[in-house]
Formats: sequence, C-alpha cells, structure tokens
Amino acid sequence: MSAVEASALESEEVVHLGGGEEFEEREFGFWLYLMTDAVIFALLFATYVVMKDNIAEGPDAKSLFDLGHTAGETLLLLLSSITFGFASLASLDLKRGQVIFWLVVTIALGVGFVAMEISEFVGMIAQGAGPQVSGFLSAFFTLVGTHGLHVSFGVIGITVMIGQIAVKGLTNPVKSRLYRLGLFWHFLDIVWIGIFSVVYLPGIL
Amino acid sequence: MATKRHVSTHTHRAYLTGFVLALTLTAIPFALVWMGTLSVLATLVVIAITGVIQMLVHLYFFLHLNLTTTPRENLLALLFACVLIFILVGGTLWIMFDLHYRMM
Repeated sequence: MSAVEASALESEEVVHLGGGEEFEEREFGFWLYLMTDAVIFALLFATYVVMKDNIAEGPDAKSLFDLGHTAGETLLLLLSSITFGFASLASLDLKRGQVIFWLVVTIALGVGFVAMEISEFVGMIAQGAGPQVSGFLSAFFTLVGTHGLHVSFGVIGITVMIGQIAVKGLTNPVKSRLYRLGLFWHFLDIVWIGIFSVVYLPGIL
Repeated sequence: MATKRHVSTHTHRAYLTGFVLALTLTAIPFALVWMGTLSVLATLVVIAITGVIQMLVHLYFFLHLNLTTTPRENLLALLFACVLIFILVGGTLWIMFDLHYRMM
C-alpha cells in the first residue's frame, strides 16, 4: 500500500462485512467460485431456452406451472435473503444471539422453499411429467433442480454456521465464513429471479 | 486516529429499501402475467426489464456491490463473468435457433 493510500485510510476506515484483511483472499476466492457458478447456471438457462418448445407431445409449461405456487416460492426466498441480511448486520455489532436468531429464521424460510419445490416436483412426476418425458422437462428439472440443490446445501451450510457461532463465537474466521455463506445465499436469490423470469412467467404466459 | 465508517448499505434501512424494491419489481411481472392485459411480447419485455433491474437491486443492497468500496478485482471478475455469459448464452441461442430455422 502506498503512503498516499495509507494516509487517506487513516482519516476514514471503511468497515466491511467479513473477517478483515487477513481473510480478503479467501473472500475473493469465494467470489470467483460464485462467478463460475453463475456461468453454470447461465448455460442451464441457455439449454432450457433451446429445449423449451420440444415437449414431445407431453405436457407443456402452461398446463404444469402454477403462478401462485411460484409467487409463494419467490416470497420465501426473498424473505430469507433479508433475514440473512439482518444476521450479517448483527454480526457487525458482534451480537451473537441475534445472529443465531436470524439464521434460524433463514433456515426455516429456506426449508419452506425447498419443501414447496419438492412438492411441485413430486406433483409433476405423479401426473406423468417427469424429466424423462421430453427435452423441455429434462431441461426444466436440471435447471430448477440444480438451484434447489444449491439452496439445500445452503441450508446445511447455515446449520453448520449456527453451530460454529454457538461454539466459537464471532471470531474473525467465523465472521469471514458467515460473510461468504451470505454471498452464496444472496447469489441464489439472484439466480431465482432468472428462473421465474425465464422459466415460470413466460411458461404461464 | 481512524474514524470507522460502515459501507452505506450496511443498515437495516438499506436492507428494507432493497426488500421493498425487490418485492415491487417481482409483483409487477407477476401481476401482468396474472391479469394478461398487455400483449405477450410487451409482457415479455416488462419481465426482462424488471428482472434485470431486480438483479441490480440485489447486487447493490444485499451483496453490497458498489463502485467505491467494493475491491476492483471483484468488479472485474463480475464483468468478466458477464462477458463469458454473454458469449456462451448468446452464442448458444444464435447457433441453435439458426439451426432450427434451417432445419424447418
């Protein structure tokens, strides 16, 4: 760091989420991982758009998707994003109990989302619209299923996080992990915007 | 002595602002699809626009991305990912729909 930059920082130090300077490299590494994950999702979106009209005389999007169900899933995920945000804010003030409380709320919302998605998948498969039926359904289950799997792993991650915070307290390594987990969670909500904008809404239209 | 300053979006107010904006930007396309007042093409355009704006809202309010406090390399990585996604998705759709057109 140059002398000029150092003196500029002396007057005003910006407090970031995360574990501080020592963990910046890991947090950048995690950001790079998220970018590669974004590329994976982008390709699954491209595959879906290419395949969406190939219904092979099976059921089409309009007969399978339900606007209310999708709206419910969207609301759960959006609420879980803001409750994770409240956990992040509480971690800035080192309020351990509050962080754990908001993380528990986030888990409940995340589990609710996964449960809604599983019930949707089970219902579709029961009415003969499983992934083997057509190119459209293969691409649908791959894209939405990959996102659901990410959310499920996020829920497991938050559960482990709560254990760490309870046992170790809000130390710098724990805060860095909480920050990275938060990036992951908020990133999944962004992917979901893509899913309802590309898959559900045009499908129902 | 350094004075400590939070990133401007590290407040409950910022999260709630982001939440209300995201909720509005979700409600608009859902309501349009539900009511079906606009033409299909116009609805698709609104879905695309509100979707992109909502992604930016999430990046700014929830991932705290901005042009002053976010490290430059994080922004470059995001920009690079956007270029990759543009080439990969754009290229895929271009090739496949062109193929589809020629096979008809």
